[in-house]
Amino acid sequence: MSARRVTLRRRRLSARVDLGLVALLGTLAVVVLAALVTSVALGDVAIAPLDVVASLAGAGDAADEFIVLELRLPRALVALGAGAALGIAGAVFQQVTRNPLVAPDIVGVGGGAALAAVSVIVFAGFGGAGAVPLAALAGAFVAGALLYGIAWRRGVHGQRLVLVGIGLAAFCQAGVSYVLTEGRIFEVAAAYVWLVGSLNGRGWEQVWPLAVALVVLAPAVLALGRRLDVLQLGDDLARSLGVGVERVRLGLLAAAVALTGVAVSAAGAVAFVAFVSPHIARRLARTSSNQGLIPVAGACGAVLVMLADLAGRLLFAPTEIPVGIVTSVLAAPYFLVLLRRAGRVGAAG
Amino acid sequence: MTGSPLRAEGLAVGYDGADVVAGLDLEIPRAKLTAIVGANGCGKSTLLRALARLLSPRRGGVLLDGRAISELPSKEVARRLGMLPQQPTAPDGLTVEDLVARGRFPHQGLFRQWSADDEAAVEEALAATATAELRDRPIDELSGGQRQRAWIAMALAQQTELLLLDEPTTFLDLAHQVDVLDLLDGLVAERGRTVVMVLHDINQACRYADQLVAMCGGRVHAAGPPGDIVDAAFIRDVFGLEARVVEDPVTGTPLCLPTAQSRRSRTRCIS
Repeated sequence: MSARRVTLRRRRLSARVDLGLVALLGTLAVVVLAALVTSVALGDVAIAPLDVVASLAGAGDAADEFIVLELRLPRALVALGAGAALGIAGAVFQQVTRNPLVAPDIVGVGGGAALAAVSVIVFAGFGGAGAVPLAALAGAFVAGALLYGIAWRRGVHGQRLVLVGIGLAAFCQAGVSYVLTEGRIFEVAAAYVWLVGSLNGRGWEQVWPLAVALVVLAPAVLALGRRLDVLQLGDDLARSLGVGVERVRLGLLAAAVALTGVAVSAAGAVAFVAFVSPHIARRLARTSSNQGLIPVAGACGAVLVMLADLAGRLLFAPTEIPVGIVTSVLAAPYFLVLLRRAGRVGAAG
Repeated sequence: MTGSPLRAEGLAVGYDGADVVAGLDLEIPRAKLTAIVGANGCGKSTLLRALARLLSPRRGGVLLDGRAISELPSKEVARRLGMLPQQPTAPDGLTVEDLVARGRFPHQGLFRQWSADDEAAVEEALAATATAELRDRPIDELSGGQRQRAWIAMALAQQTELLLLDEPTTFLDLAHQVDVLDLLDGLVAERGRTVVMVLHDINQACRYADQLVAMCGGRVHAAGPPGDIVDAAFIRDVFGLEARVVEDPVTGTPLCLPTAQSRRSRTRCIS
């Protein structure tokens, strides 16, 4: 438990750095890069890693460059970004509610996105380019606002947030089922692909919104990390330590909802990533600091989605398995292992 | 500084229905230990929470060194007034040292995350509560007494002049209760801190408190040194209990020995 920490002080700056955590984040950065290069290298046409790097640098041959820069790299980057966003969002939801069984898809935020996306596919005939992702994003925000609004009673307490969220998720699920019964078969098939989560055909136009969301929101979440540390001691203590409890909670949840919305609007409702990434991160990082846990959870999510998409592309090639199916297949057994452990130790997470 | 560091003026606080604290004036004396006592539901915890700015008053207000506490920046209040709620819970796996370090939050900022002052305050708090050897242990693995000492250490690391505690001895065995009360007594006697706590046990309150505040129906029934205000009539009025009050053979403070339950008023108090 006792982490190796060093203290850095210079004039008015001071910080305490957990060396184990720095090493872990360094390792994860290398793993993320390796997964990215592997994703780009492997496929119907295999490209040697060195040629991948050459193509990235603009020095490869034309055919390689097209496959790398136009087909595989944007798709791998969408996987990376969506995974990171879901990992961070899941960690925020679990840490804010102090409930390790919570994730944005369990409290209805994913459901809101799904209901909106599926409605556009079925009732608006796909609604033109970009309509489905926009609808998903809007659906996530509406669900997030409803969740917060209904759960509010002189503040939003973790337990009530979870209960309201489960109700909201059930409502969205019912809505999705209804919409699917109304659809024609080809619309329903497309809706199902979205519901499962797929990265097929993703390009640069999906990369940019993810990149912007991560660049803005990830640092914002990290900046609130120390307040979240204090918030986890309970509302009364956090308030008496000078934390603006409701403001911090609203800020964190809004950021998590936005990250979820952007991720699912790019990749569809990829299951289990937001739920499982923080659990893996807790095992790897063994830190009580949210500023440590949250980036690790983001990296875990990124690696998980990239590897799941790679597996989905390669395992039964030329047939592709949607990434959401692979993440479910990978994560479900992990969830069971987790429950077994939790049963033995007496507490999860 | 002289005068009361924390004062309530016409303070009325409530949740949904009627006022729980109903228009109350109170002065907390500086560098003394004040104990708030009273029957269940008399508003003691509500008063403490309002003094700590955890509840906003319906009428009246709380003054911290003469200034309205509701108008001060929350971090400034947190550097001057600490509050330990009843039975706080820590996240799973949080170690004692990391918990205590979180008490430094009001002294820290984005660029000042772990100053020499922070480190010294944490070490001092661990030493004062005899929790230094537990520093790497997770809170959830500690015994009740150790856990309470760790939480008090967190509040001490906050280094506030005022410390408010809600029933800090509940669920502790007698030896640990005495440990905690001695620790708080030392803070007042040796370091000149001002401590306010809600206590269940009237005899412990009489032993340790410089000022006793007896609450009754959301009002202050009596306030003053225990020896001046505690007698059989006081116990009957505040707790609805027939009792003899004798001199504590150890400390000379009032000692309350219940004789029989008052049939006239069991839980009602006479304000």
